[in-house]
Formats: sequence, structure tokens, C-alpha cells
Amino acid sequence: MAKLSVNGIEVEVPNGASVIQACEAAGVEIPRFCYHERLSVAGNCRMCLVEVEKAPKPVASCAYPVAEGMKVFTDTPMVRNARRGVMEFLLINHPLDCPICDQGGECDLQDQAVGYGMDGSRYTEEKRAVKDKYVGPLIKTIMTRCIQCTRCVRFAAEVAGTPELGGTNRGENMEIGTYVEKALTSELSGNLIDICPVGALTSRPYAFVSRPWELRKTDSIDVQDATGTATRIDSRGPEVLRILPRVNEAVNEEWMADRGRFSFDGLKRKRLDRPWIRRGGKLTPATWPEAFAAIAAKLDATAPERIGAIAGDLSDAESTLALRDLMRAYGAVHLDCRQDGAAIDATRGDFFRFNSSIAGIDEADAILLIGTDLRRESPVINARVRKRWTQGGVAIAYVGPPTDLTYPAQHLGDTPAAMEGFAEALGAAKRPMIILGRGALARADGAAILAAAWALAKESGALTPEWHGFNLLHLFGGQVGALELGFVQGKTLGAMMGGEVDALWLLGADGFDPARIGSETFVIYQGHHGDRAAARADVILPGAAYTEKDATYVNTEGRAQRAFRAIHPPGEAREDWRILRAFSEGVGKTLPYDTIDAVRAALAVAAPCFAAIDALPAPGCTDTAGPSAEAPLSDSAFVYPLASYHLADQIARASEVMAECASIYGGAAPRLAAE
Amino acid sequence: MALQDKDRIFTNLYGVQHWGLEAARKRGNWDGTAGIIAKGRDWIIEEMKNSGLRGRGGAGFPTGMKWSFMPKQASERPHYLVVNADESEPGTCKDRDIIRHDPHTLIEGCLIAGVAMGAHAGYIYIRGEYYNESVVLEAAIAEAYEAGLLGANAAGGGWDFDLYVHRGAGAYICGEETALIESLEGKKGMPRLKPPFPAAVGLYGCPTTVNNVETIAVVPTILRRGAAWFAGFGRPKNSGTKVFCIQGHVEKPCNVEEEMSIPLRELIERHAGGVRGGWDNLLCVIPGGSSTPLIPKSVCDDVLMDFDALREQRTGLGTAAVIVMDKSTDLIKAIARLAAFYKHESCGQCTPCREGMGWQKRMMDRMVEGRADVAEIDLLENVTRRIEGHTICALADGGVWPVQGLIRHFRPMMEERIAAYKSRTLPLAAE
Repeated sequence: MAKLSVNGIEVEVPNGASVIQACEAAGVEIPRFCYHERLSVAGNCRMCLVEVEKAPKPVASCAYPVAEGMKVFTDTPMVRNARRGVMEFLLINHPLDCPICDQGGECDLQDQAVGYGMDGSRYTEEKRAVKDKYVGPLIKTIMTRCIQCTRCVRFAAEVAGTPELGGTNRGENMEIGTYVEKALTSELSGNLIDICPVGALTSRPYAFVSRPWELRKTDSIDVQDATGTATRIDSRGPEVLRILPRVNEAVNEEWMADRGRFSFDGLKRKRLDRPWIRRGGKLTPATWPEAFAAIAAKLDATAPERIGAIAGDLSDAESTLALRDLMRAYGAVHLDCRQDGAAIDATRGDFFRFNSSIAGIDEADAILLIGTDLRRESPVINARVRKRWTQGGVAIAYVGPPTDLTYPAQHLGDTPAAMEGFAEALGAAKRPMIILGRGALARADGAAILAAAWALAKESGALTPEWHGFNLLHLFGGQVGALELGFVQGKTLGAMMGGEVDALWLLGADGFDPARIGSETFVIYQGHHGDRAAARADVILPGAAYTEKDATYVNTEGRAQRAFRAIHPPGEAREDWRILRAFSEGVGKTLPYDTIDAVRAALAVAAPCFAAIDALPAPGCTDTAGPSAEAPLSDSAFVYPLASYHLADQIARASEVMAECASIYGGAAPRLAAE
Repeated sequence: MALQDKDRIFTNLYGVQHWGLEAARKRGNWDGTAGIIAKGRDWIIEEMKNSGLRGRGGAGFPTGMKWSFMPKQASERPHYLVVNADESEPGTCKDRDIIRHDPHTLIEGCLIAGVAMGAHAGYIYIRGEYYNESVVLEAAIAEAYEAGLLGANAAGGGWDFDLYVHRGAGAYICGEETALIESLEGKKGMPRLKPPFPAAVGLYGCPTTVNNVETIAVVPTILRRGAAWFAGFGRPKNSGTKVFCIQGHVEKPCNVEEEMSIPLRELIERHAGGVRGGWDNLLCVIPGGSSTPLIPKSVCDDVLMDFDALREQRTGLGTAAVIVMDKSTDLIKAIARLAAFYKHESCGQCTPCREGMGWQKRMMDRMVEGRADVAEIDLLENVTRRIEGHTICALADGGVWPVQGLIRHFRPMMEERIAAYKSRTLPLAAE
């Protein structure tokens, strides 16, 4: 620790810290553009200049290491002059088009010009103009506004691992771009918009849509992958206008994946906004009482063992619980939440959680990815692994078809048996991690793969009371919550499809081909999007998307997190647990809760993870006995579960932006005909 | 008193003799190199400190001290010597003559410097435009390898040393030591933040010392003839001999090795045949390459050519490229040309330099015509002050000093120019 004084305030900071960190510790604000805590230091904007005693010139506080007894001054004539100078230089070639700039109101350059600049410009020469660059469908560039801070260059190279941006030319003619124009290939590209301190990189879908002060900001969780990214939904009236990440050091730091950020326009399209009933083979509009009556008639006429329910990938824990309890009230025992048919063993929590925790990646020293294309299945977790790799001292390998993870990883092979090739490295490691993709279990020998991965973890000493190195990576935000609630009971999804039930309640379950459902089965679809499964339904109950309800989601770690309602569901759609509660009352099987607090109390009883929000299950492994499997491992190659990153879920499939991305980035699915 | 021929280090500066090894040996190069190496690292550094040699690349940092910053204990990280032959400062052409006519002074110096800093590899970063010079240098190095003067057990001194030539691509900024290192690593030539200094984290992250060609090339002779001999020239703290490049409005532009602290007037009159049209026709002199502020005739009359004397006159010795301008010069235009040069060569990393150099250049362009207000001279001065000292490297400082020098010494000339423009244009304007 080094002791120093900032404007006379004594602070103590670790050795090796920079002066800017010491100033922050002292509560002194230092203006900056190029400096970003999570990126390497560039020291080029020169806005953070401060005076250090005995230094002849002002020093860049972001790049200057602290020293014992150093005296820093941040408000001297020298510093003020330097800041005004830098501010003036930044603005002379800046277009000052704030009235038409989407960054207006949340622009570092604007704010700091007010705080540290002069009141006018002395520049009377001609200004520079820079041609805009094409960097893909998500980011709009207005390069004349660029102040060459190189945050985007460093983000792309360091965090995203796609070093596609750089500066070309020299001096005043320096331009940021990809040199050969092309769409950026990162799944984290939206973060470039956040880190750009000016309006050079802005959101293309959000262009000219709104001003930040018009927006209502609601905390939420990204459910479109299983990371549990903390988000903020910005809405105006009935519309979600954009989604931004919030800081959560334990999960997403401050990054967010593109699908969760940009697919919200899908929330306005193809929505179910009223109940429908199939009459005479055609879906016809109906009222809520009619729909309830039709369902009640069918369920009453069906034997309990012929009733099944399937929970969808984006379902919140409240509605999953309500459906479970309703089904149990009917005596129905067939529940499944594994739409992909993954052979997940739900008997014990650590069989299906990401036990090392996302923050635990920072400590891991050997990481094996099995059957997961981590970069596409969770771009944020992949960035965390990449960050771990940049710090050195970690061995990374993967099993599955060759893929580019953005960091070097040993390719062991693409069949399950290849995982043994990393056993030695895992065994030698202090903190070995095995990340098993959920997609790896969605095959005939899934149970064997699960057992083999667990056995490998056990053999390599990854399962200790202090450290749990077995991790299952899920794909969507509703998957773990349903598993925690034990929504795996009786017949499996495959059996239910095969005509073994007569009535099937789908709660947003859209992750499988509905043609598999037996033709005699009566299908109730409760959800928010009129996607594949809704077309097969006999009764449709319009539900709420994740932006439209107060809900709890459990991420892949087993961390329960709350999302809040940003807007109201469209039309007659209602929050899902309320639909189930209302139905239960109508059929005389009233669920024992009718407020959100009561549901949550029931949740806390149903599974311990819901008792403490934003908390992790106890770390470490207390019982190393693994899941069992009878069938042997097959030698067929793994197939990654997401055919297209951009069209992976029903919200994204309804999104025009994602459709454009999919066509540009070579996604498999063509645009939907209904569009 | 001028430097005597017996005391010259660069005895073939004019290329009268062949540059090759055989001729170089006759001139005394590679004489007793093994003996010097045998005296060891500490002796060499101590001797360099005693000689008072200051870096010849412009900043004038004591060479012996710079070498002593290299880690004493070898770790698993190799040490590197990098020779800065990216001689791009307008007006400077001393390294060019050393390389093409006396390359073995440099090569021998590299070996000895390598011993002194524990480096087994040296890189000579030569500017891309010096194509012919690089051919000579490569040939000289090949000769040295063949004669066993480089490579394993170089020159029989028991030290392994390899020397490589790397050609730059013509960017001025790559003469800045950390930008040079970046460029050598294959990246865009942009200066690095300091600290850490190259002696701790340099080329490929390893301890590195970057020296100018002339600095390295004088080392063998200093060690052969003794530190006291070298320190005997010039004033204290400004000792030694130096190659001056005299050009501009003189009768005979030339490179000449002279004693430090020689009076500027004597230097010009003795070696360059005097100012065109006589000393009284002198307007001003830029004494140390384009980035040093000019000095008017009144200062030139009796200023001494060394680091400290010129610093007292608020300019610098720089690379000792003496640019002489007589009274026929459009001085404002000359300085505007330099401003254009620095705008063009700014790497674009730091805000003040990137944006400020263009601003300065555009204002200077108007000053050339006089299309400005008198108050804008103060604005120009203020802009240069806000650029100076606020950047990572010294390019910005060097880029504003010529303009500052102009304003300091020739402000009346600028005001006259403005007044003349106003008197030409005002009658036309509809009041």
C-alpha cells in the first residue's frame, strides 16, 4: 500500500495503482475519455492530466503509477489550463451537432465540456470531416464525432477478442475503422456503443428514437441467454426503446450480449394479445372465460395421468411454480422443462448448475469446454474466460466441432471420448473447471456424457469442499428456475409428444418442432409470441414477455434474480402466474396465493435458491457421487445447439434486427415468411 | 581553436576513402576491441560516464548514465540494444554520412555498447529513405561477420553479439524511442507511455536501450583514447566532439566534426564559408534541427554551440543541424512550412498534438499572408502553450517550439505582415 495525498486528502491505495485510482479513492473526480477501468491504459486523450509535486509537466493520471508520499493536485492553474486546452482541442474538429446526435444527454464530451471546458471556441479555421464507416447492422457510425480515444479498438481487441478495429492514417487524419469495411463479428459489439464516450458509435436500431431523459428506466435481467446479465430497460409509454447492461461484477461485469440487447423489437411483433380457441380446425378469437371454459372442459374429461405440462425456456419462476402447482392439483404428474431433451439429472442442484460461479472463472487454472460453443451460447461468460486467459497461467481446451472462441484453446476432438485428453491438465490444476454445454446432453447418450463429465471432474480433483469444478452451461434464462422447482417429473417430453398424454399445457414452450405432438393431443399454449407452437395449439392464452412482468429468473449459476415490469403486456395478455391463478379459481382448485409476495413466499418454500435473491448456492462439493448412466458413450461428434446465434429464441425470431443480423452473419434460418 | 585532424573520430566523414573493413581498419577502427571488451561492463560504463558524452540524438541525456539503467543481473529476459538511425529531423544528415562512409565506427560501437548493457542482439532501425545507406550498412555488417567481428565470440572478445538492420517506412515519429520500438515490433509507430522506461520494459517487453547512431559510433574511439581525452573538448558538461550539419544560406553547406562549445559564428565562417552575403546579411539561425526555436542574429553573434549555452537562449543543441537563414528569407513562410511538417508527422495519438498541430498550421498559413488579426498572434502563442508539455512524447513540444521562437523574436515582422495585408485589402471592403 502506498500513502499519498490528493489535494491534501490522505489516501492509501495498493502499490501499482494509478494516480487516477488514488484520486477516485480520495473522492476527487478526474475527467477522462480514453481511460476505462476494464480496458488497457492508452493515455492518449490527455484529459486526466493532474499536477504532481516535483514533476515538471502535468502527468496523465490514468497512466502514472502512485508512489509513497506523492502529492497530487487536481485543481491548480496548471491543471485547469491543461484541461481547458484538451477540451478545446477535442472540440475544434468535433461537429457540435448535439441537437441531432443520439448521444446527446448522455455524452461524456458534452458533460465534461460543461464541467471543464471554456465557454466558447477560438477556432475559426475549417473543421475536419470524416467519412462514416459501415461496421454492421447494429452500430451506426458518425465518425466525424470521433475523438480517437481508441476505447472501441481496445474493447474489440481485449474484451471481445475480435481485433477488427484500428486506427488508420496519422495525426489529424487518423480514423477509426475496420480498414476493409465489414460487419464486426463480435457477439458483444453492442458494448462498443456504451463505451464510446461520444456519439461516434451509436445504436443503429435506436437511431433518432428518443432522448435519455424521456425514458423510464427499469431494472431487469436478460433472459435470452442463461448468463443472467443485469440489464436496464429503457421504455417510453408502451414501448421498450432500448436495453442496456447494468454493472454486476459477479455476473456480467458491465457487458451484455447482442441478442439480449438488440432483439427487443421482437417484443412488438407477432404477439399474442388475446385468447384464441380452435373451432372447427381453425383458431378463432375468444374471450378469457371462453378459453378457460374450453380448457376446464378438456382437463376435467381427461384422466390425471394423461395430462402433461412443459415449461418453456424463457419462463419466469413464478409462472412455472403456478403451473406446477396447478398440475399437481389436477393430480397430473408429467412435467418437463427440458424442451431440448437434454439428459439433465434434476435430482441434485449441483448436477445442473454452473457451480464454480462465473466469478470463479477468474480463479480457474484449467478450463475444459465440452460440447459448448461458449462464444455463442454465452458471449459474456466467454469474455470472462477470455479475460482469465489474458492474465495467463491457464490451460484451456474444448471438445466439439472446431470453433473460434476468441482465445487459443486446445482442440481435443469432437467426440465425447476426447474429453479424457485433458484429464492430465485438469488433474495438475489447483482450480480445474469443466464447462459442459447443455447441448451436449441433448442426444441419445446425454446421460452417459453427463456421468462421464462428472466422473472426469471427480477424478481430476475438481470436486472438493472448497471448489466445485463441474459446471453445466444452460442456454436460456428460464431453464434453471424450472429445474430448481423440480419441473421434471413423470413422463419425459419425448414420451408426452408421442401421444402418451391427451392434454398438454405448454408454458411458453416453443423450443421444439410442434409437429412431434401427437395429433390427438389437446394443446394449451400459454405464452407471448405466436411462434411455432402457438400455431399447433387448441387454446391460446396470451401471456407476458419478460419485460412485462415482475418476475424471478435463475441464471445458470443458480442465482435467483428479479426483473421488474417495464411496460404492460399488450391487449388482453396478462402476467402468466395470474392467468394460472385465475384459471385455478375457476375450476375450483384455487392456488394458495394471489399476490406476487405470496407467490414468492411459496417459491422460497419450493426451492432454497429463491429464498435469497442474487445469492449463490453454497460453494464447494459436499457429495462427489455423480449421476448415473446405463448407456455407453457414443462416438458421434457433438453438434452445437444454436444453429444461429441471432435467431435462438422466440423473441429474437420475431425481431427484424436479429433477422438482418442472421442474414449478414450467415445464420441458417431465412427470414420468416410472415414478416 | 578548431578541432585538429588528429582528434577527429569520423576520419572518413566525407567518403574520401572506402567505407569497407580494410580501409576502416587502417583508420583505426576495430583496433583492440577485444581488449576493451575484456575490461568489462562496469569499466566501460564508468569510462562513458567520465567522458561526459551526452546523447547525440537531440535530448542530450548522459550516455553512461543511460546505460547504467539497464538491469545489472541478467534474467530470462534478454537485453537489447537499439540504434536509432531514423534520422528524420529536417536539417539533420550526420548519421547518414556516418553510415555510408564510416559504418564500422557504428558497428564496433554496437558491439561495445552491447557488452556494456549485457545485450547479445542489436537492432539498427534505419529510416526507409536511406536505402543506399542501408545497403552499405548491411554490407559492412556482412563484412564484420565474415571477419569474426560479429556473431559468436565477436572480435575475439568472448561476447556473442548479433546485429540486425531494420528499415523503417518513413515516419518521423518512429525516431521517438518508444515509437521506434513499437515500429520495430511490427506495430503502428506510436509512442508508449512512460514509465515504464525502455530500460525496464522495451523491445518485446525486455530491457532495451535506444541510442543515436552518432552516440554509439563515438564510443570505440572514446574508450581507445580515454575518457579524459574526450572530456577535454568543450565546456564542462558539454564535452566532446560533435558532427554539425551546416546548411541554408551559407557559401558551402557541409557536415563537419567540431569541438563542442565552438562559437556559432566561428563554426559557420570557418567551415561553411560564412553566411551568403556576409555575416551582416544573417537573419536568424535554427541551431539544432527543425524542432529547436530559432535565434536571431543578435544572439548568433556570440552564442556557443553546446547544450547549456543554447538552452540559456531558450533554444537547444538538438541534433546540431544548423539552419542558416539570411535576410532574403520569408521567415514566416519557413516556419509555416515546419508547422505543416509537424502536422503531417503527428502520430495522432494525443489530443493536443493531433488537433493542435492542424490548428497551428492553419493559423501559420494565414500569418504567411498576413490574413489575421494582431490579437491572433497571442492566440497562436496560447495554443502552442496548451500543446506543449501535454502529450506523451516530445514531438508536440518540438512542433510548437519553432512557432514560439518566431513569435518571441520576430513578432514585429508578423505584425507588419498583417498590417500590410490589411492595407491591401481594406480599401476594397465595403465599410
